[in-house]
Amino acid sequence: MAQTSTPTHADKRPTAVELIGVEKRFSGGVHALGPIDLAIGRGEFVCLVGPSGCGKSTALRMVAGLATPTAGTVRSGGHQKGQPASEAGYVFQEPTLLPWSRVWDNVYLPLRLRGVSRSEARPAVERVLAQVGLEDFAKAYPRQLSGGMKMRASIARALVGEPSLLLMDEPFAALDEQTRFRLNNDLLHLWQEGRWTVIFVTHSVYEAVYLAERIVVMAARPGRVLAEIAVDAPAVRDESFRRSVRYDELCRKVSEVLLEAAR
Amino acid sequence: MEKQLVTLPNAPLPFVDRLAVRIAAPVIVAALALGGWEAYVRIAETPSYILPAPTKIVQTLWSDRAELSAAWIVTLKTMFSALGLAVAGGVVMAVLFSASRLLEISLFPPAVVLQVTPLIAIAPLLSVWLGDQPWLVLLLCAFIVAFFPILSNTVAGLQSVDHGHRDLMRLYGASPLQRLWMLQIPSMLPYFLTGLKVAANLALVGAIVAEFAVGAGGKQTGLASTILESGFRLEVPRMFAALALVSFTGVAVYFLIHALSTWLLSPWHDSAVRRDT
Ligand SMILES: Nc1ncnc2c1ncn2[C@@H]1O[C@H](COP(=O)(O)OP(=O)(O)O)[C@@H](O)[C@H]1O
Ligand SMILES: [Mg+2]
Repeated sequence: MAQTSTPTHADKRPTAVELIGVEKRFSGGVHALGPIDLAIGRGEFVCLVGPSGCGKSTALRMVAGLATPTAGTVRSGGHQKGQPASEAGYVFQEPTLLPWSRVWDNVYLPLRLRGVSRSEARPAVERVLAQVGLEDFAKAYPRQLSGGMKMRASIARALVGEPSLLLMDEPFAALDEQTRFRLNNDLLHLWQEGRWTVIFVTHSVYEAVYLAERIVVMAARPGRVLAEIAVDAPAVRDESFRRSVRYDELCRKVSEVLLEAAR
Repeated sequence: MEKQLVTLPNAPLPFVDRLAVRIAAPVIVAALALGGWEAYVRIAETPSYILPAPTKIVQTLWSDRAELSAAWIVTLKTMFSALGLAVAGGVVMAVLFSASRLLEISLFPPAVVLQVTPLIAIAPLLSVWLGDQPWLVLLLCAFIVAFFPILSNTVAGLQSVDHGHRDLMRLYGASPLQRLWMLQIPSMLPYFLTGLKVAANLALVGAIVAEFAVGAGGKQTGLASTILESGFRLEVPRMFAALALVSFTGVAVYFLIHALSTWLLSPWHDSAVRRDT
């Protein structure tokens, strides 16, 4: 079984994010994570998969600079110690749109906080709104949108600052399956264009296999990396990949690692 | 790609939600009550120093309009100055509390003590200290009662800020001022407006009660003095006229703030949105 770290073509790329001996204990005494080591190449699409409570969110928050490790080092482009990484876009599990702001202003937020004026920001905001298919809803308030559309707006907001790193924490977990499949495809499409580094957290083995170039399988108590599995599958994925034998095999492989750990 | 905007429902409103019904129902009830009152006074030939008929009260409102409106304006001034001070003080203090936990734990208890002590018991003390400036006593009394609901609601509002939104602001490097303006103030707005409704009413009550307790002094007397004096002189219609002005003020301010809050919140907040069932 693929218990050991599987070298992938990611090794040829420069490292974008690196976790070295990273550990997180919360003040209540919870040993949430680690120590874990993880390296992610520039432009790579990595999925973190594992049962809930295994520290996936904690790991992602530390990469973003929203949490600090108790031990070890987190390296990610341009992010200083304790300071959030300015060039990271973050998509939370909830859309976290500001309900009092229209879609346009929600997407504009990261640029606004950086001091970019509305007129300067307009091309970027309109480009990402078009990319996620929300150009007609710029003036809507979040509560007028469906769950899938809120998530699109949230993705647009994460992309508007042209991040080199996109962090996504179970972004589609609350959506129905059809919407999730569609957003999966749209995300892959955007990634083909943008080629930012993606760390995508999910508890769905199927979603991970569909999206990732490499899957990091994690276990709980304490959170640790069980295995890294390269997804040697076509770079351009579509619904036919979902029905392929290769897809089934990979899903089974990842599930087996998870099951073994649960035993 | 999904394209359907979930529009707000256009279905016919339920009977009790139609504007005409919402206006007509209370108007009909009020008309019946006033008509019954009028009829009773006329049939029983009750003297107006016991119970004046509504028409008599309206007549008095008109014939005594000079004195009544002067007194009304004094009361309105006290009320709105106190409310303004309470809003400024309450919001500033709440923001300071949210910035410093130490300030909050040291200053919240005294504020509570001030709040739970009945105004009527504080007023005489204030008038001993500030006897030469009775208007200041009234203002302080009205301020004290109006301040707390603003403070406590704004504090609750600032604490209600969503954790995800906090993370968002940190992630994209918001400065404390940006966070205050773009996140904390909009988050607390629904709470603040609820507090404002209560505070406006209490400012009116405070202005009236304090004037009863300490007397107005000087030439500038408010509606409470009008009510007291009319009582001594058994000018009961004038008493009712002054009372009507007090009630009207309370109701009008309530609806003004309600309208303000609908206008500010209706685009986004659940409390201001009618749900289709
Ligand atoms: N702020 C916190 N304080 C204390 N414990 C926490 C905190 N955040 C997360 N935890 C704990 O850390 C562990 C990992 O949490 P999390 O990273 O959210 O897992 P996952 O995202 O994989 O579900 C869990 O046991 C959780 O209860
Ligand atoms: Mg999580």
